[in-house]
Amino acid sequence: MDQLKLEIKEKIIAALNLEDVTAADINDDDALFGDGLGLDSIDALELIVMLDKDYGIKLSDPKEGRNIFRSVNTMAAYIAEHRTK
Amino acid sequence: MNDRFYIQNYCEIRNGEILLNGERVFSAGNESFTDFAKMAYRHLAIAYPKFFKMDKLSKLAFLASSQLLSEESNTALVFANRSSSLDTDVIYQCSIGDKEAWYPSPAVFVYTLPNICLGEISIKYKLYSENSFFVFENFPAAFFPAYAGLLIRTRKADDVLCGWVEILEEDYRAFVYRVGKEGLIEHNEQNLNRLI
Repeated sequence: MDQLKLEIKEKIIAALNLEDVTAADINDDDALFGDGLGLDSIDALELIVMLDKDYGIKLSDPKEGRNIFRSVNTMAAYIAEHRTK
Repeated sequence: MNDRFYIQNYCEIRNGEILLNGERVFSAGNESFTDFAKMAYRHLAIAYPKFFKMDKLSKLAFLASSQLLSEESNTALVFANRSSSLDTDVIYQCSIGDKEAWYPSPAVFVYTLPNICLGEISIKYKLYSENSFFVFENFPAAFFPAYAGLLIRTRKADDVLCGWVEILEEDYRAFVYRVGKEGLIEHNEQNLNRLI
């Protein structure tokens, strides 16, 4: 699971062009939106595409993203349970 | 009413250099535009992380404007170019061109209009002013004085930032300048053709 969390952090940084952020800067429980990493609504859409492209997970209801993308921990748990690739 | 307005200062970006009123403020050598923009951002100490999420057209317009703007001014933005948002349109098209790997990027899609760069500038500098983006075949030396003059005369703006921001792949050029009621260079077609 730790390897998956590191992979998710690196993918987030690359996909969202977080130029001055490293994987070590993101704690597993940090909020990704709002006061945490400060991601916005376009970033959320980009993360939905990332789930599909890299893990074969299609979110049928975008509202699900609210819980899935709360932190790296919640993302890793969801991906580990639902990934198809 | 005074019909004469003046170019107060101007910024050029081309060939890896940024010039302010003809004086070099940054030079990066023979880098790609993306690397040049990143180096310029750090050199100019802009401190606005959203810069890295912008497309190339917005980065070009943003860098040039950063030399000329102050926050919360009643400054209208009137920009133009030849290639519209084609540079980003091509990137987006590539992301949807393969039916087997169809992953359209929302972060790319939002930049498939040229006037988005004006929104980026307005957000950073807290501008609530008029803004317009036009597409012309060549630098519109007659159009800018007419349009900027109209905005100031009708009190839509105190001054106007005019800009030609053209980019397609690695071919880029920005010429952005501020127009107001006072200054040394009269804002007319002849002077623009001399400066561009």
